[in-house]
Amino acid sequence: MSKNKDNWKIWEVFIRSRNGLSHKHVGSLHAPDAEVALKNARDVYTRRSEGISIWVVPSEAITASSPDEKEPLFTPADDKVYRHPTFYDIPDEVGHM
Amino acid sequence: MTTEMNLEQKFQDYVDAENKIEPKDWMPDRYRKTLIRQISQHAHSEVVGMLPEANWITRAPSLRRKVALLAKVQDEAGHGLYLYSAAETLGADRQDMVEDLLSGKAKYSSIFNYPTPTWADIGAIGWLVDGAAIANQVMLCRTSYGPYSRAMVRICKEESFHQRQGYEIMMTLARGTEKQKQMAQEALNRWWWPSLMMFGPTDDESPNSAQSMKWKIKRKSNDQLRQEFIDKTVPQAEFLGLQVPDPDLKWNEERGHYNFGTIDWEEFYNVINGNGKCNKQRMDARNKAHDEGEWVREAANAYALKEQKRKEQVAA
Repeated sequence: MSKNKDNWKIWEVFIRSRNGLSHKHVGSLHAPDAEVALKNARDVYTRRSEGISIWVVPSEAITASSPDEKEPLFTPADDKVYRHPTFYDIPDEVGHM
Repeated sequence: MTTEMNLEQKFQDYVDAENKIEPKDWMPDRYRKTLIRQISQHAHSEVVGMLPEANWITRAPSLRRKVALLAKVQDEAGHGLYLYSAAETLGADRQDMVEDLLSGKAKYSSIFNYPTPTWADIGAIGWLVDGAAIANQVMLCRTSYGPYSRAMVRICKEESFHQRQGYEIMMTLARGTEKQKQMAQEALNRWWWPSLMMFGPTDDESPNSAQSMKWKIKRKSNDQLRQEFIDKTVPQAEFLGLQVPDPDLKWNEERGHYNFGTIDWEEFYNVINGNGKCNKQRMDARNKAHDEGEWVREAANAYALKEQKRKEQVAA
């Protein structure tokens, strides 16, 4: 058993399932470097043709918003209904717009 | 204290409204601890679960069976990895978890401490053990913790092939020679009761269940899951023309469920406490595999370091 703790870095894995779609977060894994992270991601997350392209990003490189900021960050958008098309009354005769 | 209570109440309301909890959200300490314990045990079970089956890879009766079994065992490794990752989102450390498994401190599903003496056991494992695991995991797809739930969705998608390949093995044997049919029957006899034990103690003997249900970590009780599994599996055994080894098994028209005999809980606790037929063998095999992989980990580290230095030189 190992004496000292040297966990490999955690990498977040993103997969594009087919061209035309964005890469989507699918999970994470450990690897000593980016190259091995890609290989591991291929084995762990694409055993059933789930993807045609993989991104791996060190977890530590991601800056995330905090759940505590949820209100100030996201509630201002809630009362801006005028940003949605249904806010505007257009008579049916005009047809689809 | 009052703020803590308010937070707990808010958390409960949030969960009650069927919202998912994500890693950075506030959660009661016990919720976090319960999940870390459950998810890491689940991960360990996937990892140890490879061992009884790997035993048969080189002896699979055909290439078709061999590639299927290889794929299944590889899936179990992947499932272990998804789950370790989910536990890490709660602050658990990967190396701690691995070491707890290797030292014997951590628990894993007792079912993997039973031996696989014949090829039919591989069929019975896929059909019954994976069947029972799937029943539990389908429920866990709706667990309240987001990363655990997402891992379960992936796992369930992949596991349905596991059960089908097992049932196909049983079917082939059950339709084969008299001797093959007997082999299938004996494997069913060996695995039936341990599979029922996989759902854990009865509800009145399962003290932590109520809290887990309240937090919606679990969505169904042990007894409920066990009953559903029996109701689903008995007709499958009948289709195979095999006998479920329970003289008390009987359809109860009134309840709309099968009645079944008493589970030998003494055996259950005995295996949990390390006295199963293969507890030692499994731990030895796991430790051996880990030790023998040491040079691979070292080489990967050395290579990563070398590549990093090379890049720095090019940049300079």
